[in-house]
Amino acid sequence: MKRLFPALIVASLLVPAVSQAHDVWLEPSSTVLSGDEARITVDAGSGNDKFYYNHRPLALNDLAITSPSGKAIEPENEFKGALRSGFDVTLTEDGTYRIAVAGQGVFARWKEGDQNKRWYGKPEDLDKNVPKDAQDLMVRERIQRIETFVTKGNPSELEPVGKGLALSGDTHPNDLYAGETAKFVLTLDGEPARNLKVEIVRDGARYRDSVEEMIVETDDQGRFEVKWPQAGLYWLHADVEDNKTSTPVAKDRNVAYVATLEVLPE
Amino acid sequence: MKLSLRATLACVLTGLYASPGHSAGLEIQVEIPKIDVAEYHRPYVAVWLQSADRKIVRDLAVWYDYKMPKEEGKKWLKDLRQWWRVSGRSQADLPDGITGATQAVGTHTIKVAGDHAALGDLPAGTYEVVVEAAREKGGREVVRLPLPWPPQASTSADAKGETELGHVQATVLP
Repeated sequence: MKRLFPALIVASLLVPAVSQAHDVWLEPSSTVLSGDEARITVDAGSGNDKFYYNHRPLALNDLAITSPSGKAIEPENEFKGALRSGFDVTLTEDGTYRIAVAGQGVFARWKEGDQNKRWYGKPEDLDKNVPKDAQDLMVRERIQRIETFVTKGNPSELEPVGKGLALSGDTHPNDLYAGETAKFVLTLDGEPARNLKVEIVRDGARYRDSVEEMIVETDDQGRFEVKWPQAGLYWLHADVEDNKTSTPVAKDRNVAYVATLEVLPE
Repeated sequence: MKLSLRATLACVLTGLYASPGHSAGLEIQVEIPKIDVAEYHRPYVAVWLQSADRKIVRDLAVWYDYKMPKEEGKKWLKDLRQWWRVSGRSQADLPDGITGATQAVGTHTIKVAGDHAALGDLPAGTYEVVVEAAREKGGREVVRLPLPWPPQASTSADAKGETELGHVQATVLP
């Protein structure tokens, strides 16, 4: 255990946004806005309890904000605190902005003598950091998408996501109301993500005795429905493991998806 | 919320309206109640009519801070959240004919002539008149009244809000 420790610390410093142990999220200050120009702030964190900042900030290296017309928008006032990171977004266009921390990397684990080694990074840096003929080498690809949606004016259609898991469907993610049933489709590499469990948790778990998570399963066309029990911010999560890697050396891949959705009172 | 159809009173009102040149129309009275708070702001109010499936939505009035510089008053239009959803968000600019300043405590009357854009080509059906109020540092309330169209006889429906709205009445004239 003692020998493992430094390696684990290194690994945790380089923790990819989606890890096995902790949940991750973006928390927008508003999702439905009006006016000619609007501004929101977004907090980002990782930890055991959704929307409670008690562990680590979320790395924002892969942050991408896309305007309704498809422009890349720069985050403003980006910062990294001890427990959360954050940034502001100015919305000038009418329509829906996609705010996503979406990235891809490879995770490697191997042995050097009796030492356990770990590395996480971009596929192109793998060769520089991991010996090709390493003992007990295990390489896994990771694709993650942590996102939220914000609309000024009328909700607009979102560009489909071709890589990894993503949300689409009949219901717009900024048109959610308590008591209504949202109809979504989960996609994997642009195709329906079949028979996959989707976990949905409302914020404010500290103020109730149980997490009250909802688990729904996508059907054979990737569809699933959520009847919102009440207004609030919801954390939606799914992940899947398969062997459709794009990095030849990686044997399998882990694909994870997190969306933060706001449900308004009727 | 107490609802009552008052055909009798409406008949009396019809008498008042039976002046030459009068045509069908709708009259809505909205009471903005006195609210005893340290910091009071006049509410934003939206009044519209909609079909049961919300496929037909016609704005009748939107009272907001429309004279603020740079249209900053639009920032809070989304707090009229039902109206924002069914109508406001899909309009880049609100027509002058429906917008107005926020109103003081008291009862305000909105008269909509039968040939007004909101009623002129309104298909026959059952509608509701919806009045929504949202107040800065305050709450939000929605009151709904039934509206048969076209009206066979003068009818009036009313209801009383509990927090942000007082007495609300819709009178429809054939």
